[in-house]
Amino acid sequence: MHKILSSVAVAAISLGATTATLAETRVGLLLPTSGTYAALGNEITAGFNLAIDQAGRTGEFVIVKEDTEIKPPVGLAKARKLVLEDKVDVIVGVVSSGVLGALRDFIHGAEVPLIVANAGNDHATGKSCSPYITRVSFSNAQVNRPMGPWLVAQGVKKIYTLAPDYAAGHQMIEAFTESYQAAGGEIVGGEYTPFRQTRDFGPYLTNAKAANPDGIYVFYAGGEAISFVKQYGSFGLAPALPLYGAGFLTSPLYVNAQGEAALGVTTALHYVPTLDTAENRAFVKAFTARHDRAPSEYAIQGYDAARLLLGAIDAGGKDRASIARLLPTVKYTGPRGPLEIDPATNNLVQNIYVYETVKGSDGLTQKVIATVPGVRDAVNGCKM
Amino acid sequence: MDSGFLATQFLNALQYSMLLFLLSIGLTVIFGLLHFINLAHGALYMMGAYIGVSVAGATGSYWAAFVLAPLGVTAIGALLYFTLIERLRHAGPMNQVLVTFGLIFVFLDLARMGWGDIALGLEMPAALAGATQLIGLSYPAYRLFIIAVGLVVMAVLWAVLARTQIGAMIRAGVENDAMAAALGINVARLFFAVFCVGCALAGLAGVIAAPVFSATTEMGISILIPTLIVVVIGGLGSLEGAIAGSLIVGFIETIGAVVFPGIAAISSYALLAAILILRPRGLIPARG
Repeated sequence: MHKILSSVAVAAISLGATTATLAETRVGLLLPTSGTYAALGNEITAGFNLAIDQAGRTGEFVIVKEDTEIKPPVGLAKARKLVLEDKVDVIVGVVSSGVLGALRDFIHGAEVPLIVANAGNDHATGKSCSPYITRVSFSNAQVNRPMGPWLVAQGVKKIYTLAPDYAAGHQMIEAFTESYQAAGGEIVGGEYTPFRQTRDFGPYLTNAKAANPDGIYVFYAGGEAISFVKQYGSFGLAPALPLYGAGFLTSPLYVNAQGEAALGVTTALHYVPTLDTAENRAFVKAFTARHDRAPSEYAIQGYDAARLLLGAIDAGGKDRASIARLLPTVKYTGPRGPLEIDPATNNLVQNIYVYETVKGSDGLTQKVIATVPGVRDAVNGCKM
Repeated sequence: MDSGFLATQFLNALQYSMLLFLLSIGLTVIFGLLHFINLAHGALYMMGAYIGVSVAGATGSYWAAFVLAPLGVTAIGALLYFTLIERLRHAGPMNQVLVTFGLIFVFLDLARMGWGDIALGLEMPAALAGATQLIGLSYPAYRLFIIAVGLVVMAVLWAVLARTQIGAMIRAGVENDAMAAALGINVARLFFAVFCVGCALAGLAGVIAAPVFSATTEMGISILIPTLIVVVIGGLGSLEGAIAGSLIVGFIETIGAVVFPGIAAISSYALLAAILILRPRGLIPARG
């Protein structure tokens, strides 16, 4: 008996010793925790933590958090701090495309792998791509491109577009416009509204109605999305002038603030919490148990950023160079469906879901009406 | 452009003007009477929206929020008055600006802690939801309600200021507070009352804006700039100035958005610059 006990003890000690000698990976979480995008930063962190905890590997990571706010210079300073002072092996995060743009040259020069968990700027995996930047969220074009042919196929032939006047707004609308026109649709007009200054969308909605389209296609997110959808609803445009767009418009994160006005709005996105797969049901269940609400597209981005990192470590990644090399090779079927990284651009290849916001048993929910599988961006001038 | 289109855009501009009016009248009268620059006025507007969301959530009634949010904001304003503003009255404009600028961020973080970072919606009353038919024109009923509230407040303020003894006392205080005090007017109490009314109007603006614009933590900061533009254009301290300024900014921004969307963002700033050069005291300043 004693012998058995002591051998168990020896085994336990040696096990303990192995865990202690296991290399720790230092991760910098570079996300906004204050300012306009704080809610997105928190949601991405929640998803990231869930994946690490579920894998039971919290002990393997040292996590350093830094707040980028939404200011490119702040983001760059914090990235420098993470790399030079905290000596992180990998950075995860970046919500704002502006911050990503500011970081790009530093990340590339410092040869530190960056897993982009939100910022959708097309150039980051296009003409300014880098072997050190791997994106696991979406690109602006990727989310919008499939809606062009889909709308034409639904018989929506004339569209009026609206989006905020900044880089993401332009990229989203331009990608949609290109694919919509190529499929035979006609853009009868459009406007870019002053970003974060437009409170009243009434004048723009009145303009859109006057152009007499079959529908309106928009990109708005966060507070602007809530205001836009509510104002669209109050003008009573819904039956004659349906609303389409990039799915951030009616994100599960804030769709309930939009209320009835969001009913029937049809948009495209890379993830919705109502996807009916075993992987997603398990993810939604685990997330809901922790946060008492369904995960949003931002939560899945944080979750998949962690899954990608775990995958790279399991494949043998142990320092900056090897993690950077292995990140694009990770491939699995997760809550949002099959996911792989395109080695030509380091942008992910993923399904895009067309969904309608409908009434559920407990508030508003998402009904998937079409799946566009394996959407892959063109190389767009990327040279690795 | 048919007449229906023009009429709709006219109402859009009028609605936005009324919201600006509710905010700027408080700011401008507080400045005119107390010589106090309250940059936290926008934060009070935000608090009005959030308190409205909470009250409506607890009672299930928009009208409860409509009444209680301005009262709640008045209470916050009174607290600020006794803790900070009274002390800062003679501290000079730079100190006032710095303290109230700091208050903006204090309120911003209080709202984040209390209500979270995700924007919140406020359900409009069922009677005002959806579009209404108005002389052959389909227009959101709630927006007409905002216009009506703005016009009523305008009329009441005008009647009080022009036709009552309190109004005469306020006008006297704006004109020359030392002389008014010498004539036996309790200027301190008058100032406090006016400050509270200004806060209540900011809260009112918040709670009527929330169903249209939703309650966000940055709404207070983003509305502050157009409000300051209205105050500067209209002239500090006068009701007529606030009315004129709100209408001008509301219409310029709306017409800009319709006709020259490319310059919509800068149109009111351009006007502000022009006014500062040509009429630095504003169009209708309180003191001639």
